[in-house]
Amino acid sequence: MIIKLMRFLVALSGACTILTAYAALPIQHWVAPSGAQVYFVENHDLPMLDLSVDFAAGSSRDVPAKAGLAGIVRHMLELGAGGISETEISKRMADVGAELGGHFDLDRAGLSLRTLSNAREREAALAIMTAVLQQPDFPDSVLQREKTRAIAGLKEAETQPDFIAGNAFSKALYGTHPYALPEEGEVGTLEVLTRNDVADFYRTHYTSNGATVGLIGDVTRAEAEAIAQRLTERLPKGDNPAAISTVPLPTQAVTNEIAHPATQSHILIGYPGIKREDADYFPLLVGNYVLGGGGFDSRLTRDVRDKRGLAYSVYSYFMPFKEAGPFELGLQTKKEQTGEALQVVRKTLRDFIERGPTEAELKQAKNNIIGGFPLRIDSNKKILEYLSLIGFYQLPLDYLERYPRSVARVTLAQVREAFKRRIDPDKMVTVVVGGPEVAK
Amino acid sequence: MKLKQFSFLLLAGMLAQAAWGATQEYHFANGLKLIVKEDHRAPVVVSQIWYRAGSMDEFNGTTGVAHVLEHMMFKGTKKIPAGQFSKRIAAAGGKENAFTNRDYTAYFQQLQADRLPLAFELESDRMEHLNLTDAEFAKEINVVMEERRMRTEDKPQALVYEQLMATAFQQNPYRRPVIGWMNDLTQMTGEDARTWYKRWYAPNNAVMVVVGDVKPDAVFKLAQKYYGKAKAHILPLRKPQEELAQNGIRRVTVKAPAKLPFLIMGYHAPTLRDPVKDWEPLALEVLAGVLDGNDSARLNQALVRERQIASQVGGGFDAIARGPGMFMLEGTPSEGKSVSELEAALREQVEKVKTDGVTEEELNRVKAQVVAAQVYQRDSMFYQAMLIGEFEMVGIGYKAVDQRLKGLQQVTAEQVQTVARKYLTDGNLTVAVLDPQPLENKAPRKLMPGVRHDN
Repeated sequence: MIIKLMRFLVALSGACTILTAYAALPIQHWVAPSGAQVYFVENHDLPMLDLSVDFAAGSSRDVPAKAGLAGIVRHMLELGAGGISETEISKRMADVGAELGGHFDLDRAGLSLRTLSNAREREAALAIMTAVLQQPDFPDSVLQREKTRAIAGLKEAETQPDFIAGNAFSKALYGTHPYALPEEGEVGTLEVLTRNDVADFYRTHYTSNGATVGLIGDVTRAEAEAIAQRLTERLPKGDNPAAISTVPLPTQAVTNEIAHPATQSHILIGYPGIKREDADYFPLLVGNYVLGGGGFDSRLTRDVRDKRGLAYSVYSYFMPFKEAGPFELGLQTKKEQTGEALQVVRKTLRDFIERGPTEAELKQAKNNIIGGFPLRIDSNKKILEYLSLIGFYQLPLDYLERYPRSVARVTLAQVREAFKRRIDPDKMVTVVVGGPEVAK
Repeated sequence: MKLKQFSFLLLAGMLAQAAWGATQEYHFANGLKLIVKEDHRAPVVVSQIWYRAGSMDEFNGTTGVAHVLEHMMFKGTKKIPAGQFSKRIAAAGGKENAFTNRDYTAYFQQLQADRLPLAFELESDRMEHLNLTDAEFAKEINVVMEERRMRTEDKPQALVYEQLMATAFQQNPYRRPVIGWMNDLTQMTGEDARTWYKRWYAPNNAVMVVVGDVKPDAVFKLAQKYYGKAKAHILPLRKPQEELAQNGIRRVTVKAPAKLPFLIMGYHAPTLRDPVKDWEPLALEVLAGVLDGNDSARLNQALVRERQIASQVGGGFDAIARGPGMFMLEGTPSEGKSVSELEAALREQVEKVKTDGVTEEELNRVKAQVVAAQVYQRDSMFYQAMLIGEFEMVGIGYKAVDQRLKGLQQVTAEQVQTVARKYLTDGNLTVAVLDPQPLENKAPRKLMPGVRHDN
């Protein structure tokens, strides 16, 4: 009893530390006149500004016949806008030391900017960003060139085992669900894309009321309001993005073995995982730390790497999206020992799902996640990522404040029950690229 | 134009003061050096220990031992059993790892600031008391071989880079890969790792770097408690092994499973030794910025956008190293173009700089990026600690972080042209090419519902 109570206190005191740290990070939220959702943290420690603008325009918004379009659209934004050529865009950004970046995944597509906050540099960078977001030209000659480059890159990637494994895994896991669509597209679908496709996709997906703006840095609230409005007021108007369909669960185990001359086999094992807003989010997150999320501290590393020297990297993770993102377990191992490695990871996974973590493992996982929380928000770059996440997925404004408390509340029974209910070890997707003859 | 440059210089000077004013340096009687930089933006700290022992200090036959020892450092001491180092840091909410390079091996922990004593307790223990057993070694060497397969054997472009270095350098130890040759890894013994540990792991071969929400004097007292009694070793003499002049172009080809060819060109070039007087390495850095500092810089603009001879190009130069430098150009030809056409196009860009120089506009653009990068780097405590550690390992000291930035601001267009003419010559050049080999054309097996491989 006393031991249990002490554990509880440790977890709580961890949470308290975070709350103090968090108090210094007040997120301001408002809706811009354009309809964009804005999330802002004012911080004058460094003379710089980071911002991002995100849309529901990720690869799941593609249709199979035009897979890769969403990615090409995001990429093309920076290559000519408002009559400013691609050459001028990157020159003018570099002239003031500003960095234009971006984000692209299954759900989200967006642009980010890092600039000095000094008026001259900031103004020059924002002027370009404003055009890039709201007046992209999509020059046809540039599109043709970028398609050719993307196809060349894809043909190269399709010879590399990690890429082959990742694509085969998504296909087997998601079937006809849009999360199966490859972010890079396919050679055949890229070839047919036209300028009209690009412009249409932009008009329907990069809308002002669907935009999420995140800002952190050396500007005032009034300045942030003006910037957010300026970046979104001339975006296309449109409907809110349609919902993504629910991910169906597998009805039987699927194994896909692909021969490759590499020295190692690349192994991926998985199952549909969790949504960004999911009642099982915290039990699965904390449980996965014990299974394969905790690096040197995880069972997979212990069983596969430390005890047997079978792999350099072995992991498991839940990648939450709007709908169920993948639960994925992966490793690379010398071809000749593919069968042995598969056996070990499957046993570790099965044991974990059947019995769950021990009391000591759960405590260790919580201590790490809670105690490590300040490290997750120790830079403007990291905080900006959270602003974008909170905004895009409409998470509560006090999400960061709640996070450690939610972790602290997870019980052993919840972890066991959630893993058992959510992951069926008899219906996993398995992909082996490398030595199929030894996988049996 | 003049005015613009002046304001950059002024800004750089001001920032330099604010950024590095709070850095303190301490020297211990046993030779250990401690550098503490205050950063109170978040209640966290990064603690790193850097040993001046990298792959360049290895001998033939035991290449890769510096990195193998890095792995073994997590395998326990008499006080802290195998696995417990990581467990205890994790329990404290920390992150930890290590990295090995040609010039050094470094270990780090990131924690809430008040948990720094734990990092010192554990790190100081394994500086002197590593319990390196043959049993643990036998398992871990397999992990390292898997790492080599993952990073190099199955990565065609990594193989090309490895061969470029092995060809361009013949006397200097930079010719050997950090991870070691596979044959040396298969032959390595626990004794090789123990020998390495005894030779280089000592306070007088280490620099500690702490950046974060801390008070320097308190960190010094803490370090004194944990590291003060560590014993200095007599360190072996390090011999320079300087590379002879190349005197003629060298070429090497690597065959590997891939679709597209790939090309790297490496020119021998000098690294920074005297951060106040040396301008050539800085002019080479600026040249790399002119060629590849942004998407509209010369290489991408001319070869990818305009002539479309390459689907990807790059260039770079790292002036900070214990050993010699290499100015690199690399690229992937567009479909239907050959590596020799791409090589010719890259050389043409080099010749243009030699003949016509670079413009003031290009120079100012690179300098503007340097000024901004100086602000941006302060957003990451880890990166700030990295810079301090690297400059210390190279032997030019952390104050050179600032001196380099000032030096970069002073580079002239004429100097950029001068270094291009002096170092980017055929006699100085090695070219490494990937000759892509088709994959066995076995059709992938179809999805097989129901197939399971348990047991």
